[in-house]
Amino acid sequence: MAAVYKFKPYNVGRWVIWSLFALVLLLAPLVFTSNLSTTMLAQMGIAIIACLSYNILLGQGGMLSFGHAVYTGLGSYLAIHALNAVSAGKWHIPVSLLPIVGGIAGMCFAVLLGWVTTRKSGTPFAMITLGVAELVFAMSLMFSEFFGGEAGVSGNRVAGEAFFGITFGPQIQVYYLIAAYTFVCVALMYAFTQTPLGRILNAVRDNPERVEFIGYNTQRVRYIAFIIAGFFAGIAGGLGALNFEIVTAEVVGAGRSGAYLLFTFLGGATFFFGPIIGAILMVIAFVLLSELTKAWLLYLGLIFLFMVMYAPGGIASLIMMNLRVAKFGKLRQIWTSYLGLGLTAFVMLAGAGAMIEMVYHLQLNSALGDTVKFMGATLNAKGLDSWFGCAFVMFTGLGLFELCRRQYMIEWGDIQTEIEKEIKRRETAV
Amino acid sequence: MSTTYALELKDVRKNFGKTEIIRGVNLAVEPGERVAVIGPNGAGKSTLFNLIRARFGPTSGDILLNGQRIQHKTPYEINRMGLARSFQITNIFPKLSVFENLRCAVLWSLGYKYTFFKFLSGLKDANERADQLLEMIRLDKKRDVLAVNLTYAEQRALEIGVTIAGGADVILLDEPTAGMSKSETSRFIHLIKEVTVGKTLLTVEHDMGVVFGLADKIAVVVYGEVIAFDTPEAVRANAKVQEAYLGSSVADSQAGGH
Repeated sequence: MAAVYKFKPYNVGRWVIWSLFALVLLLAPLVFTSNLSTTMLAQMGIAIIACLSYNILLGQGGMLSFGHAVYTGLGSYLAIHALNAVSAGKWHIPVSLLPIVGGIAGMCFAVLLGWVTTRKSGTPFAMITLGVAELVFAMSLMFSEFFGGEAGVSGNRVAGEAFFGITFGPQIQVYYLIAAYTFVCVALMYAFTQTPLGRILNAVRDNPERVEFIGYNTQRVRYIAFIIAGFFAGIAGGLGALNFEIVTAEVVGAGRSGAYLLFTFLGGATFFFGPIIGAILMVIAFVLLSELTKAWLLYLGLIFLFMVMYAPGGIASLIMMNLRVAKFGKLRQIWTSYLGLGLTAFVMLAGAGAMIEMVYHLQLNSALGDTVKFMGATLNAKGLDSWFGCAFVMFTGLGLFELCRRQYMIEWGDIQTEIEKEIKRRETAV
Repeated sequence: MSTTYALELKDVRKNFGKTEIIRGVNLAVEPGERVAVIGPNGAGKSTLFNLIRARFGPTSGDILLNGQRIQHKTPYEINRMGLARSFQITNIFPKLSVFENLRCAVLWSLGYKYTFFKFLSGLKDANERADQLLEMIRLDKKRDVLAVNLTYAEQRALEIGVTIAGGADVILLDEPTAGMSKSETSRFIHLIKEVTVGKTLLTVEHDMGVVFGLADKIAVVVYGEVIAFDTPEAVRANAKVQEAYLGSSVADSQAGGH
């Protein structure tokens, strides 16, 4: 499994990829035109910056932080206070630069708190971040002048002078502001991975002891990386403040920190683009899945569990592994297996999902009667036949899935050995 | 003091609790010398090595690198002063490619420090040096392979490459050929000799073939003291050394005998 970090230098592919990325950011709101989708797209942009900044710690530096929301959240707070200062006529900076205020705030807090946090690595690091996160959250309840108490701090982004008629009143204008920031931040964070410090950070992740013996102070490396991550996190927070026009204490909460960790991991921490996938999924889960079912957190937890166990490289590594297979022209051999896996998994999950929905219905909505609608079918949550049917569907799916999986594993193994042989052959041919 | 030694130990002592492990070691290595430290098991070779590379400080005495005291300094400070070391257990960056391993190891010595305002691909000197090292350790064909996917012997070679990359003039090698086959070992000694030309070398080794093949001088450590420090021939002829080795090999065979 080749974890190739960089695209090859000077290749055309890089220009194509970055142009495509810009194009997607530009055209997305023209394709998805509804109000909901514009809101979601804006949130995705913010989440992409936040998750990528988190991955500077997790994926690139091997620092498992449980408190990244501290830096996005404090960035949000400083940005919304700055916005209110602009509204009140006290400050004269354009609204479009407020995310930078958030970024600087995030950076300053990272300078302050990171100095403590990055003294240690590994488990102590994780625990200290957890402690710092709890500390900041506790303070958010104590200092209501700054944190706004339960109600939070609200603002109005239509402030200061309009610039060429851009007031940031309409959501679409905010989207394009976020998109511009997203593009620049993603580019900068990618650039960071290609610098000496970025590479030494990888080395610190891999083997801190050895890094000390090639002349580097690992603490310093972690600290600087932490500050950089804090800066980008703060920008994400500042954009969030502009987008929602309200900042409440939950933005520095453990839930938010957990979400960054979870979705960065889900997307894939070992590849630069992994957290982008994770961020998109995060918004989809939080906005759509939470509307669709009350059990969404349960599903999320289950997905996370399975990913940690079976695909620790996240979605990005699954994609890259299959790209490798495709590159050697062998994807055709297993796509039927994928079809089988997909279908049987769908059957299994449909059965399991129906039962979960019935349990939730009984626990939460039983006053509304016993019937549950699930994927077009009407089930009786108290009827034995419904339960029996669902269990039957699930176990049938499970059995067939297991058969498919075994077949698939054999094929996958064969293909990998073929590829290894092919690589050896090419090596000797050179 | 008229000459400056590359590495000098002056009456170095180390206690662990009440147990005295190193009992007043004096050792002076001239620049450009290759010195092998040998001794029976438990004689304190590893402790001595750990003292030099500042894993822990000595209880008393001085350790000088090019005339400067290095005890109680951090590993990276010592590295910047010109001492590099390899590890007995392969200690490289597994998820980075061979080339990246070497490039990381040259960055500090070329003055790039913690910079993040330059692209790696633009650092001509670092890239050339890394490619040059790749050829020196004969891994140029494995340039883009992840270090974790190398064979054991290749990893050992990379270990040496990472050690010498920074251009340090004093090199510590901790059992460089541990775990290698006979043929690999002889090729590897050749490689070590080649890449450390003109450098001061200090190595701990069990394999006597390696010791006599590599070293200009041999230091024999027994019970925390250097009992002999001389050319290989003189050491071989030394009565105290023979006694210590014979005695301990008898003791070893008794202890390990079935």
